[in-house]
Amino acid sequence: MLNSCRTFAVTAAIIVASTFGSAAHAVDVTGAGSSFVYPVVSKWSATYAEKTGNQINYQSIGSGGGIAQIKAGTVDFGASDMPLDEATLDKFGLGQFPDVIGGIVPAFNLDGVASGQLVLDGQTLADIFLGKITRWNDAAIAALNPDVKLPDAKVTVVHRSDGSGTTFNFSNYLSKVSPEWKTRVGEGTAVQWPVGIGGKGNQGVSAYIKQIKNSIGYVEYAYALQNNIGSAVMKNAAGKVVAPASTAFQAAADTANWKDAKNFNLLMTNAPGEDAWPITATSWVIMPKQPRNAANAKVVLEFFKWAYENGQEQARSLDYVPLPQSLVDQIENYWKTDFKM
Amino acid sequence: MQLTHARQFARDSERRSHADARHDRIFRRLLKFCALLVLVALLGAALSTLWGGREVLFGQGLHFLTSDAWNPVKDDYGALAPIFGTVVTSLIAIVLSVPVSFGVAMFLTEIAPNWMRGPVSSAIELLAGIPSIIYGMWGLFVFVPFMSGIEPVLSDTLGKIPLIGRLFQGPPIGLGLLTAGIVLAVMILPFITSVMREVFQTVPTRLKESAYALGSTRWEVLWDIVLPYTRSAVIGGIILGLGRALGETMAVTFVLGNSYNITSSLLMPGTSISSSIANEFNEAVGLHRSALIALGFLLFVVTFIVLLIARLMLRQLAKREGK
Repeated sequence: MLNSCRTFAVTAAIIVASTFGSAAHAVDVTGAGSSFVYPVVSKWSATYAEKTGNQINYQSIGSGGGIAQIKAGTVDFGASDMPLDEATLDKFGLGQFPDVIGGIVPAFNLDGVASGQLVLDGQTLADIFLGKITRWNDAAIAALNPDVKLPDAKVTVVHRSDGSGTTFNFSNYLSKVSPEWKTRVGEGTAVQWPVGIGGKGNQGVSAYIKQIKNSIGYVEYAYALQNNIGSAVMKNAAGKVVAPASTAFQAAADTANWKDAKNFNLLMTNAPGEDAWPITATSWVIMPKQPRNAANAKVVLEFFKWAYENGQEQARSLDYVPLPQSLVDQIENYWKTDFKM
Repeated sequence: MQLTHARQFARDSERRSHADARHDRIFRRLLKFCALLVLVALLGAALSTLWGGREVLFGQGLHFLTSDAWNPVKDDYGALAPIFGTVVTSLIAIVLSVPVSFGVAMFLTEIAPNWMRGPVSSAIELLAGIPSIIYGMWGLFVFVPFMSGIEPVLSDTLGKIPLIGRLFQGPPIGLGLLTAGIVLAVMILPFITSVMREVFQTVPTRLKESAYALGSTRWEVLWDIVLPYTRSAVIGGIILGLGRALGETMAVTFVLGNSYNITSSLLMPGTSISSSIANEFNEAVGLHRSALIALGFLLFVVTFIVLLIARLMLRQLAKREGK
């Protein structure tokens, strides 16, 4: 009896020692926020954990939640689809930098019009979502599409019903290209839509567009691809017609004026480049500049440095676009100058 | 000797009745505690939503109740559109599901052959066990395309009738108040049916047989004997279904269209209190969050008012019966 007790104690001691032993040099960090980046961050963190033993636990609780958590200091990093402004960052001693790029595309369901055949520009898109253009054969759409046979049918607008970074970037783009949109609707993660029906999440919007004939909505590029729904090509700020593709998203990130944007507080919509896709979005990692737990913060930065350099393939496989090298250089420089740890 | 026995017995029984009284007291307290727990939980939930929504409820006051705007950009919120959607979809659901439930319950208790009662009853109970997200997905992927085929027919026929025609005009997209109401009707059908079936079975056979003996038809027995006998329980069942319809979230979110509209047409998209909360809560901050919590409080109020009306109706019925 005594003997078996002793064996048990020894085994337990060995187990305890081995678990704690391995935990001693691996670090667990936590992050929370945007659901937009969740798929890629979780894939990156799995590979990163295999390589280094450091665990990055990321919870997709929404950008609003992520901002609240990092302000309260309950997580090591937050992620948001909306950048914080200068005053808020200073007040809470936070810094922010982009992590990955995604494109938002106008997606439609029109009989006889294939994906990539429909051309739209910002003004027309805004008028459709304002409810000013109500039929597909409207003169404004017809002028952009002289070779496409547009049906004489009512346009059904589909938008997001939940608050989202996708809506924020989309409404920001429409505000930039249409003064009327800016005054009547404005920009935000949720807005008061003049017309249309709301679907929950990118999946909900995709499902509605697929089911409702003559509908148009906006989704992240990956969802248009995966659900096989038609996406429009857009006339960009330079007046060129571009198709949504990772090169076009990267061109937008490349030509956006990051240099003058303090703390990367810049939206890439309506970017000036000739090949730039006009509705390109990113998401920001938000961290304290002088973290209380410097060891954890260091791991977070190492993780993102690793992801910029080695996570590109994984990002592409999930239809995200890695940041262009010019932007990565700026971010790494920002870490050196602004973060103290 | 005899005397001591008697004394012993008296003492024992006294001790026993003391113990009984003590147990009784504890039992009564326990029951009271359980009942109070429900009240406290309800009050706590109501007060915490009131507190969470205070910025909007007290800050904007009447404007929140009378405005149909919902503008997160300008932080201008009004609850009219979600309240409208909640009430209208629930009414459609009740109007459709009560007659059907009544028919099913009647059939099962009075008309169906014995071998059929078991399987059909279990099927109905199974219907109650389906999670609402499944109803939502079925609604979106199966029922909405079906409705978008039906709706042009509706607006070409019913839509042409003056007055009620306005209810059936609109784009045939398959989503909207009517679709949500029908999906809700299917969801609450099993609740109302099982209550009705249970209570119809409690009607004494002697009562029904007497009516048959007097030459009543089946319909007369059902309408004049069974229904009056079970009326308050039947209304209770309907209220149970209505409560479920008012608070239903996921299924409605999928098929209602989620747009802040107040329209005369049932084919137009709308929104409901619970689906607005489910949609927007995750990304809402500041006043927006407060407005959503205030909506939650309003759902309490709406449900309370509906229950109150039902109680008043019951009392009115009882009064008329007394005359």
